Amino acid sequence: MSFVRAMPAGGGAVLIELDSLEQVIGLDAALRSTPPEGTVDLVPAARTVLVVFDTAATTADRVVADVSGRQIGPVVERAGPRVEVPVVYDGEDLDEVAAMSGLSPDEVVERHLRPEYRVAFCGFAPGFAYIVGGDPALRVPRRSSPRTAVPAGSVALADEFTGVYPRRMPGGWQLIGRTDALLWDLDRDPPALLPPGTRVRFVAARP
Amino acid sequence: MIEVVRAGALTTVQDLGRPGLAHLGVGRSGAADLGSLRLANRLVGNAEGAACLEITFGNFEARFDPAATVALAGAPCPVSLSGRDKFMYGPIQLIRNDRLSVGVPTAGVRTYLAVRGGIAVEPVLGARSTDVLSGVGPEPVVTGMRLPVGDDAIDAPCVDMAPVPPIPAEIVLRVLPGPRDDWFTPEALTTLTSQPYAVSPQSNRVGIRLTGPALDRARDGELAPEGLVSGAVQVPPSGEPVVFLADHPVTGGYPIIAVVAEPDICLAAQARPGQVVRFRRERR
Repeated sequence: MSFVRAMPAGGGAVLIELDSLEQVIGLDAALRSTPPEGTVDLVPAARTVLVVFDTAATTADRVVADVSGRQIGPVVERAGPRVEVPVVYDGEDLDEVAAMSGLSPDEVVERHLRPEYRVAFCGFAPGFAYIVGGDPALRVPRRSSPRTAVPAGSVALADEFTGVYPRRMPGGWQLIGRTDALLWDLDRDPPALLPPGTRVRFVAARP
Repeated sequence: MIEVVRAGALTTVQDLGRPGLAHLGVGRSGAADLGSLRLANRLVGNAEGAACLEITFGNFEARFDPAATVALAGAPCPVSLSGRDKFMYGPIQLIRNDRLSVGVPTAGVRTYLAVRGGIAVEPVLGARSTDVLSGVGPEPVVTGMRLPVGDDAIDAPCVDMAPVPPIPAEIVLRVLPGPRDDWFTPEALTTLTSQPYAVSPQSNRVGIRLTGPALDRARDGELAPEGLVSGAVQVPPSGEPVVFLADHPVTGGYPIIAVVAEPDICLAAQARPGQVVRFRRERR
């Protein structure tokens, strides 16, 4: 596949920059199913995939050559597991999100429920998924001042992403609802409910 | 069993960490100074990755029952065994109920205590490593805690004392530019690799925060979050760099101007608040 560029991240990792999140999801899925020799960690993010490798087993040049030779198919063909997340839409920022997007709170909820989403990548905290595929009308910025504590299970919006807080922690995303789904459970394999590639549907739940 | 009589400022169980889970939001963690963890393990005949105690700024004491063989590596501390002075960097034989006391280090930050057989707390996601950022891993060690000792020694201890270079007063870290050096002015990389930086007291297992000349950006705008590695030199809006250590976040949104060469990350983990750090550009 063609990528924008490959940048060294120290002696033991290469950062592959891509044009779009779709390409990130495609490349990550391809590398995860058959990782380049010597791969220690694969970290997909918004526009990049970081390949961390064992310097005793391979080199940056070999990793880049492997990535260049990959065929990345359309993402839809790589059907991941499907998870339904029940949400009570009573978030503190729901009215503000509605105001920013020029919709009523009910329309925000209706539009948030409609699409099938996909987990692009995780980060920020164990099990915190950056979920994409949402309605562009619901694209809102982060809050100008982050909260010092966001309750576990909060369903929130920022930029092109929906996120669900796996535990109580500080955060600056716009809260639209909450779920009682267990996002992070050490007794589950994998412990994350929403690992990268998972297809997600939000369903309305009663309070 | 190791009974912790005095836990010190921060003592955690550490091994080589849990690679391969960054895509779930879980970083590698593991010993901040991996070289010293490996050395301490070799000195007692353990596999290099056995779990040890990582003791921050010394002031640690423990009672051992039954008898045990231990070794200390990393930041040099005065060591005494039930009142008798002992040396670091070599195996120490303990009899039942001996009390091992580790004083305050004369240089460096983190001292590793290996016990023959390894510390056998329950692994979490495949590792006995406490990640102070994500909260994954065994609970930090507190006074009164009893830690089980395993039986996975692989060899007899065969070295009396390992030669270890002292931690220098001025720490020099080799760096490789990138991945985002193009977000900075050309002068920024020159500044980074020629000017002294001081280690801020706000440093921990996540990273060492530095104070010194600001590194100016050549472009505005926000970087989308991207994967991070240990040793990454991140430049937040203040312009003063942070060097990430074992418990770094898996992704970050500020540009990385350079990455510390892997063998020097151990040295970075021993840099004390107030100490001077310099960076040297390494050729690829």
